[in-house]
Amino acid sequence: MIDLFAKFDDVIAMREGLLASGVTDPFNLVMERVESPTVAICNGKRTILLGTYNYMGMTFDPDVIAAGKKALDEFGSGTTGSRVLNGTYGGHKAVEQALKDFYAMDHAMVFSTGYQANLGVISTIAGKEDYIVLDIDSHASIYDGCAMGNAQIVPFRHNDIEALEKRLKRIPEGAGKLVVLEGVYSMMGDIAPLKEMVAVSKANGAMVLVDEAHSMGFIGEHGRGVAEAQGVIDDVDFIIGTFSKSVGTVGGFCVSNHPKFEILRLVCRPYVFTASLPPSVVATATTSIRKLMDSADKRAHLWENSKRLHGGLRQLGFMLGTDEPQSAIIAVIMPDLEKGAAMWEALLNEGLYVNLARPPATPAGMTLLRCSLCALHTEEQVGEILGMFAAAGRATGCIS
Amino acid sequence: MSDRAQTAAKVFELVEPFNKKGVEVTESTRFAQDLEWDSLTVLDFVANIEDEFDVLISMNMQAEIETVGHLIDALQKLMS
Repeated sequence: MIDLFAKFDDVIAMREGLLASGVTDPFNLVMERVESPTVAICNGKRTILLGTYNYMGMTFDPDVIAAGKKALDEFGSGTTGSRVLNGTYGGHKAVEQALKDFYAMDHAMVFSTGYQANLGVISTIAGKEDYIVLDIDSHASIYDGCAMGNAQIVPFRHNDIEALEKRLKRIPEGAGKLVVLEGVYSMMGDIAPLKEMVAVSKANGAMVLVDEAHSMGFIGEHGRGVAEAQGVIDDVDFIIGTFSKSVGTVGGFCVSNHPKFEILRLVCRPYVFTASLPPSVVATATTSIRKLMDSADKRAHLWENSKRLHGGLRQLGFMLGTDEPQSAIIAVIMPDLEKGAAMWEALLNEGLYVNLARPPATPAGMTLLRCSLCALHTEEQVGEILGMFAAAGRATGCIS
Repeated sequence: MSDRAQTAAKVFELVEPFNKKGVEVTESTRFAQDLEWDSLTVLDFVANIEDEFDVLISMNMQAEIETVGHLIDALQKLMS
């Protein structure tokens, strides 16, 4: 018998090598209690959360919690069914209406996760004779959507407008074209030049899908994302988003003005062949989305936090993913996985949680300490965070 | 030189800047195992090939291309 697990030997060795150095396993942390969007108890210790994507801090909002409890009481713990059979309740229609209102678009379709939204929409709309042109740094769910379909997949260098244009021009005449972009790229926290890229895509007859998972709620005048901020949202055919970041629960969605959009409910397999979201989840999402429409003060504070952390870390001597803060993600570049894991552990011991990101999730084989800020981080907390980075950075020799 | 020989000569020339290990490149040289290219190197190399021959080499096609010889054959087919 050939052991089918032999193919994982390299990963097993890498993991054992890392743990043999005595470092805490960075991919096995348990949050024993969660006190607020910004504080949890880990290993019995009060820990500031700086790696949650909980950008707008909606997870403990009293209105959101109340809506969830009410739905749990009135509609039960789960739907036990597909959206196209017994799994569409009033709450599912309500959350889709909230999304249509939030984005000012004609159609909204809610999936059980953000991953499934990309998987479903991309694999379904791009068929055998079609071409998908995508940024090389696209999220795993985008690549998996490509792999699940049977279109021709053409990647281009990250954020390179000319590389995108060249590839679009080489696609054979008559073929369908889908350009897939992200508003914020979650590893480095940089944004895409959507204004130029959407224009180039449209000029070459392509439909455009933009994943705005990491921008919803705080980028753009109405929090609709980078496409809104750069004034091209009307030229974007499909926006993909998630409930698991600014909205503060779980689920994914696609919004669009395409006149035939609703047919996707019948032909999109990751939508059809899975159970719909529980009533409590869609109720919390609806309440949260409606509150996000009117959160200008929180948005402003989140940007303040992002700027202060970026400037502070830079001053301490850390190498960061972007020269200027472009989103609520600040990526601290580590020299290698061992140093990264040591720094991650030192921060945890100080009482700070960040994400340790490593290949293949990261571009160019980098190890990153990825920090995502929350609108509810106080000024004092950001000060504390900088103090912890200074102490841990010196203890591990990452900074002098 | 035949068409194929011309294509081959150009491909060998474009491989060289990425041949960091200095291996001797033949048509049976494998990109992943022998040249040990990572995904970013592949992207840069493919972009150069695409620009030189004015073709598109999709990831679906790349999956079938294991050696330098495979690439030359694929280019011949794309340009025919």
